[in-house]
Amino acid sequence: MELLRFATAGSVDDGKSTLIGRLLYDTKSIFEDQLESIERTSRDRGDEQTNLALLTDGLRAEREQGITIDVAYRYFATPKRKFIIADTPGHIQYTRNMVTGASTANLALILVDARNGLVEQSRRHAFIASLLRVPHLVLCVNKMDLVDYDESVFERIKAEFRQFATKLDITDLTFVPVSALHGDNIVHRSANMPWYDGTSLLHHLEEVHIASDRNLIDARFPVQYVIRPQAQTNHDLHDYRGYAGTVAGGVLKAGDEVVVLPSGLTTRIDGIDTADGPVSEAFAPMSVTVRLTDDVDVSRGDMICRVHNQPRVTQDLDAMVCWLSDQPLHVRGMYAVKHTTRSVRAQVRDLTYRIDVNSLHRDEAATSLGLNDIGRVSLRTTQPLFVDEYRRNRTTGSFLLIDESTGATVGAGMLL
Amino acid sequence: MTAHVYELSHLQALEAEAIHITREVAAEFERPVLLFSGGKDSVVMLHLAAKAFWPARIPFPVMHVDTGHNFPEVLEFRDRTVERLGVRLVVASVEDSIAQGRVRERPDGVRNPLQTVTLLDAISAGGYDAVFGGARRDEEKARAKERVFSFRDEFGQWDPKNQRPELWSLYNGRHHRGEHIRVFPLSNWTELDIWQYLAAENIELPSIYFAHQREVFRRDNMWLAVSPFTSPREGEEVATLTVRYRTVGDVPVTGAVESTAASYDEVIAETAATRLTERGATRADDRLSEAAMEDRKREVYF
Ligand SMILES: Nc1nc2c(ncn2[C@@H]2O[C@H](COP(=O)(O)OP(=O)(O)OP(=O)(O)O)[C@@H](O)[C@H]2O)c(=O)[nH]1
Ligand SMILES: [Mg+2]
Repeated sequence: MELLRFATAGSVDDGKSTLIGRLLYDTKSIFEDQLESIERTSRDRGDEQTNLALLTDGLRAEREQGITIDVAYRYFATPKRKFIIADTPGHIQYTRNMVTGASTANLALILVDARNGLVEQSRRHAFIASLLRVPHLVLCVNKMDLVDYDESVFERIKAEFRQFATKLDITDLTFVPVSALHGDNIVHRSANMPWYDGTSLLHHLEEVHIASDRNLIDARFPVQYVIRPQAQTNHDLHDYRGYAGTVAGGVLKAGDEVVVLPSGLTTRIDGIDTADGPVSEAFAPMSVTVRLTDDVDVSRGDMICRVHNQPRVTQDLDAMVCWLSDQPLHVRGMYAVKHTTRSVRAQVRDLTYRIDVNSLHRDEAATSLGLNDIGRVSLRTTQPLFVDEYRRNRTTGSFLLIDESTGATVGAGMLL
Repeated sequence: MTAHVYELSHLQALEAEAIHITREVAAEFERPVLLFSGGKDSVVMLHLAAKAFWPARIPFPVMHVDTGHNFPEVLEFRDRTVERLGVRLVVASVEDSIAQGRVRERPDGVRNPLQTVTLLDAISAGGYDAVFGGARRDEEKARAKERVFSFRDEFGQWDPKNQRPELWSLYNGRHHRGEHIRVFPLSNWTELDIWQYLAAENIELPSIYFAHQREVFRRDNMWLAVSPFTSPREGEEVATLTVRYRTVGDVPVTGAVESTAASYDEVIAETAATRLTERGATRADDRLSEAAMEDRKREVYF
């Protein structure tokens, strides 16, 4: 069965967790003891009805404050698909957790409160989802029950978002009017909105076409680990040397002529191994072990790719960066960089601009990025990296910036 | 694997992700260790580790935090499995911790909560910097929030309000001396995924996971086994029932479920239809309070 990963997004209290709870409840994906537990908690708190947001808001602090703080992952399946849900927080203070949840998503659900329309956080999250190149976006206009299921409210917010989205890089955009609280258009089409001629949200999640979102063209194999059994007793294995890793793009085949970076030596793929036996080809995100015909020197951090289709080998990175730390990014600051299986250091050479998430205006006078800011940054690394544009490859085009003294992840970079 | 369609089934995708995580740890840490209890999740985790480094051996030891309250079938299985894979087994014993005065036996005899001290002592004694655990996010609401690489401070504590961002498949394992990282390669697996995978890979499990006859008695709404560590109190009647276990833990707090499922396929059918979570059905210790698991995780629990 196919696996779809999706993340929620949107401003605080717009109903993300309630919507996930409703989706789980109406698809009968909740276990009896979980339901009893949230019924009890809701009753104890004096809520009028069972608060379905408690299904994902599981931390004590979240329940005390009535908000989501960190991503909750939930799992469910229908006869058509398996789903991994990342329910992310809307509060600006926890934007980094939204980025965490959205980075691996095939689809993002952006919720907007019908009464308020787009607010700064809805724009920020939509912008982040487009930067992360989440391939499919669904704008859910929620709390339609509070605006009498009025079509004109839906149309107004839809137009407002379309207007904003023209400035973003969004490939697939869908709009659904919903009430997470009452379940309208979540699993079933709602009788309260006869004017809406689209499908229910679940139907869209089941049908959206995701197979073509992957890059099957540019073969990329970052070497993760060298496998050398060095078995003294087993002669077949005595000289075994394999390069283990996860295919990051394209298709690798036994017999392919390949080049190993950074050495530039060319050789052929002798075979592709897995513990279940050899395979004739491997594609992303398979974890395999590649054997090469020649005895070339290869180690973790090297990249195997095709001779006529190579990534850029560079020490100069130009990237959009989401800043995730209270300690601001400063020009000339040094950071550790984690890119595929390679770790290097880098200095920030320039902050080209910082983006105002409301207007998408570029502030070229900015000198630093604070928590939750997004900007275009150039960096110079101590060693070359083997990179692609993020828009071509989410794996070879992304990197982390890490504070060398605390070890904290402080920035997420997407290469231009 | 269907070539030319270039798609992975969900189990293949989960397997590939877990192998990727396991190899990252072996490559980036100096002294990893894998927690192996003989329970189904740790069995799958160990199986994946074996696949990740094949044809070489698993390049790190496994550790069993032994409460002293074991099912004999599980201990026998544990020893046979590590022998077969040629990995080194480290046993961290709660009984030793009690003997050394590191912890005190509780009046109710339950040792699950005591494991935390034993585990932390063993981590620091072994100098382990990465500890693989088989926890899944579908098990419990606090686990649903935890990162794949979960940072633990020098006291082994988890800070749920201040976790590191974790993007794409880039895992940040940085830590200082004395701190460590808990690693959960099965984060995205569900109980059903585990069973489907066990069946697909034909992986052996301790026999208590399948239907068998056992003397049990009812306590806290669960069927507890009559054993050297647990006996019925007055008014608790012993019955011989056909049961199996959904989880394997400290005997006095692990409940059996009534079941006739004797094969993988039968267990899968039962798991797909069950209306109770595995912890809700079988673990007394999780029922203590609403936030029981979060509190134990904040300390050092798995
Ligand atoms: N009337 C109405 N109320 C709703 C609806 N959806 C959510 N709510 C209410 O809105 C409040 C906030 O809902 P949550 O689901 O916690 O919001 P959230 O977006 O998850 O919030 P954060 O995660 O903290 O950003 C709760 O009181 C919900 O009951 C809806 O469709 N109609
Ligand atoms: Mg929420």
